[in-house]
Amino acid sequence: MSKEKKLKFNAAWELDPAPEDSKHVSIKKQYDLFINGEFVKPNSKKYFATYNPATDEKISEVADADEKDVDKAVKAARAAFGKWSKLSGKERGKYIYRIARLMQERAREFAVIETMDGGKPIRESRDIDVPLAANHFFYYAGWADKLEYAFPNRNPKPLGVAGQIIPWNFPLLMAAWKIAPALAAGNTVVLKPAETTPLTALKLAELIRDSGLPKGVVNIITGAGKTGAAIVNHPDINKIAFTGSTNVGKWIQKSIAGTDKKCTLELGGKAANIIFEDAPLDQAVEGIINGIFFNQGHVCCAGSRLFVQESVADIVIRKLKDRMETLKVGDPMDKNTDIGAINSKQQLLKIQEYIEIGKNEGGEIYQPSCSLPKKGNFCKPTIFLNVSQSHRIVQEEIFGPVLAIQTFRTIEEVIEKANNIPYGLSAGVWTDKGSKIFNLTSKLKAGVVWANTYNKFDPTSPFGGYKESGFGREGGLHGLGAYLTI
Amino acid sequence: MARIEIQKTYKIYIGGQFPRTESGRYYPLKNKKGDVIANICLCSRKDFRNAEVAARAAQSGWGSRAAFNRAQILYRIAEMLEGRKEQFISELLLQGSTLAAAKKEVEISIDRMVYYSGWCDKFQAIYSSVNPVASSHFNFSVPEPTGVVAIIADETTSLLGLVTAIAPVIAGGNTCIVLASETKPLCAVTFAEVLNSSDLPGGVVNILTGTAAELHEHFSNHMDVNTVIYYRNNKAEIKTIKENASLNVKRVFVYNKINIATEKAESPYFIFDTQEIKTTWHPIENIGASKAGY
Amino acid sequence: MSTKTTIPDFRITPTVDQVGVEERVARFTTRSIKKESKMQGMKMILSMIDLTTLEGKDTEGKVKQMCYKAAHLHDIIPGLPTVAAVCVYPSMVKTAKDALIGTGVKVASVSTAFPSGQSTHEIKISDTKFAIANGADEIDMVISRGEFLKGNYNFVFDEIAAIKQACGKARLKVIFETGELSTLDNIRKVSDIAMYAGADFIKTSTGKISPAATMPVTLVMLEAIRDYYYATGRMVGMKPAGGISTSKLALQYLIMVNETLGADWLSNEWFRFGASSLANDVLMQIAKQNTGVYQCSDYFSKD
Repeated sequence: MSKEKKLKFNAAWELDPAPEDSKHVSIKKQYDLFINGEFVKPNSKKYFATYNPATDEKISEVADADEKDVDKAVKAARAAFGKWSKLSGKERGKYIYRIARLMQERAREFAVIETMDGGKPIRESRDIDVPLAANHFFYYAGWADKLEYAFPNRNPKPLGVAGQIIPWNFPLLMAAWKIAPALAAGNTVVLKPAETTPLTALKLAELIRDSGLPKGVVNIITGAGKTGAAIVNHPDINKIAFTGSTNVGKWIQKSIAGTDKKCTLELGGKAANIIFEDAPLDQAVEGIINGIFFNQGHVCCAGSRLFVQESVADIVIRKLKDRMETLKVGDPMDKNTDIGAINSKQQLLKIQEYIEIGKNEGGEIYQPSCSLPKKGNFCKPTIFLNVSQSHRIVQEEIFGPVLAIQTFRTIEEVIEKANNIPYGLSAGVWTDKGSKIFNLTSKLKAGVVWANTYNKFDPTSPFGGYKESGFGREGGLHGLGAYLTI
Repeated sequence: MARIEIQKTYKIYIGGQFPRTESGRYYPLKNKKGDVIANICLCSRKDFRNAEVAARAAQSGWGSRAAFNRAQILYRIAEMLEGRKEQFISELLLQGSTLAAAKKEVEISIDRMVYYSGWCDKFQAIYSSVNPVASSHFNFSVPEPTGVVAIIADETTSLLGLVTAIAPVIAGGNTCIVLASETKPLCAVTFAEVLNSSDLPGGVVNILTGTAAELHEHFSNHMDVNTVIYYRNNKAEIKTIKENASLNVKRVFVYNKINIATEKAESPYFIFDTQEIKTTWHPIENIGASKAGY
Repeated sequence: MSTKTTIPDFRITPTVDQVGVEERVARFTTRSIKKESKMQGMKMILSMIDLTTLEGKDTEGKVKQMCYKAAHLHDIIPGLPTVAAVCVYPSMVKTAKDALIGTGVKVASVSTAFPSGQSTHEIKISDTKFAIANGADEIDMVISRGEFLKGNYNFVFDEIAAIKQACGKARLKVIFETGELSTLDNIRKVSDIAMYAGADFIKTSTGKISPAATMPVTLVMLEAIRDYYYATGRMVGMKPAGGISTSKLALQYLIMVNETLGADWLSNEWFRFGASSLANDVLMQIAKQNTGVYQCSDYFSKD
């Protein structure tokens, strides 16, 4: 065939912009700290701005909590603990159900704010983040009066005050993952959202206030690393739950070494997504796309290392490149956007640095022909071919839309390479052969294994890592254990 | 003329072998009267390193054995213990126990091993789950061994502390390196002989003798150890262990509030502590009249 | 088609995961098509319709009425395209051909003992030749589903190849009747068989069996077309038929074509909708876009 075989995407039929309406959303100019059921001014009197990463425009400003504010929040949580933990499970559950329902009612508002504050596409915040967050509350609400069934032969008791620190990649969803099981188990909470994405947590604070939850049961305070450190080091906190980077997780583990604080950590990852020659290849390609480009790759369980069996490598790469051509990168508020804005300038610089490293290491880079908006923080979906296990872009978590692709020949080889990493959060396996799936799922050192699918989440399904990806599980029955003495 | 008794040389147990400590060091163990009854290996950082290598090498084989087979081996250990009952009792007497206490300690130890033998192929059913996710996927969670576990065992008992620490860890498919009681180390070495004759593969359990003061640092900072379990009461050691654990996000369990002589010290929850929960997803095809699912 | 093309072993065609296909489809259905792009899409839909009547009660009169509609969709609105073709039984081909002279609308005829395909080889060939002789531009054949499900892939292949030969210059659309094939794996397999046997178009359904066309089935066929194109360099067309009656759904199909095969397939040379009531829904939507008010079906002719 002399004719060039190339498919042309986005050539004949460009979709017009379809922006989600944000007029119905109310965001205040300034937010205080949510302590003991009301919004209070920070002791420091300091506020910091939060920006829309897609436009670099300031959206609002939020309070910067210092040690005294943290102490105030912990005292409120401690004061509320006695009554809350003694409340019958049935009653506790009803409050949590109420939160779930209110969130469902205000779902669109939450989705819009999540997208404005964090840069993720409205399609994801609307269809994934917010519904999952509400479902998480709904799921754990039902556990509140059934705890003794979760731990046979035990009499589970709440731990006390939980200090919870969450990241910027799934701001509302992570708040739900933290707060819902803590409350169901009878604990009270001091939660700090990430400094670049505080708004949906503060809207959640408003919702919690409206729900009539007893004062002080949930306290939500904003700030950066110093605020987080003050929570970690507060002597009257019984449990630290952290989701974020492995480095900070290690720092937390070290900081609380001399105490009796319980701890769960959900940290970084560098997941292997493994495609065998007998896989359903078109769905596998979709799994690769969902694995690495979901939420701009800001996902701890992102399938950032792709392993393709050599016999199908060419065809998989071709399909992947074609699929990447159809990805729409741009305004996160546009309903058709597949890849939104990188969460912050700082993160964009880090990703760009890794792309440079990948190029310098000799990786073969490919990016689709899409254009990026002139304003805001955007990054083209990127893949690197011909990389090897010792490349930095293969070993280090990039937390962006950058995929490192290696080929393999045998099952032994790919298992060894997949596990040859300090992380162990998740993995993907694609093959049509059932017995091979179970061989792989059993040998991969990862807390979640997606077989013939990727990046799926559900409140009933435990999530968490092996090795340096942390310990403890969130979600499902196993997620309750993190908030109880058993 | 009375026959000259053959005295036992107390060595350590690494990878199914009985070497002396590579350091060549020892410490004398004395009875109540102050007589030296044995020279005990004073293990070093390198002994721990060697033991860890053996434990890591043995882990995947042990962890992937049929649970039923692990149960049989643990039961076999109990049988061997029973057969050597008199020897353990006499060693406990040497180390200052009363006869009644010695007898009781050995019997509880044997029974505890049988107890955990029974759990080998049952705890999975207690701690696994099928999770009814909302999408068309089959989703299940199962416990898997965490890997290599470094244990600083109870100081106050010679045999029971070891059995209490080791049994749940290996029942769950892990391998371990255990530091025996410093002041009561005799049964540890004899227990290793029991293990060695019980079909337990070499490297699954490795037993060192020496001081926690010297070794806790190395037990907790080794990058290829997954979990550290500590049964003693030294607050400074606990803090160091937890701090070192952060080097590679080790799991740390401190079991110093449990009376190991009681049944409170035996439960599947101790097995669960050295397990990781793995969740697997797979699509469920939907063809036909009604929706498939779990 | 290159003579060098190697025919693959159809027993080992690629596998398909149904849940994954449905997830991909869900992404197409969340695309939001507004303003100009919507208008452009709706005109494309009209131009891609094979306006169809395949009834035992069809008469020359009914066919003539439909043919007029095919060329004059809604004359009140200027600038509308005609449909791509009308699709009729062989006995109606001549009537349709005469009625459509000068309109550019093609005549497609079903054949091969449509819709069941349960007849002899000779009858299927003569059925096809009759339609061609009466002026059919396109032939919509049905495959022998029974033989396919028995694993008699060579039979299915040879039959398609024979009909293709009988078609001469007419383009051949091969109908799988996907509602009878049960799995997406089967649909992928039969797509490969049909294309390698010479199909110019592959088509989902007769419209006589439920389910008819669905987006997952169509996606699997589009992916097969893409892989075949990369393997051979030959473009094959796609025709979902039956069950697509709203403009919203048809737009989602176009999104799917655009994101699976790209711009080259976005014309009636390579993509068709087999439908009878779709045109009027699209016309109502176009009128709504033009006037800003929702429409009533009484203002749109039903032929």
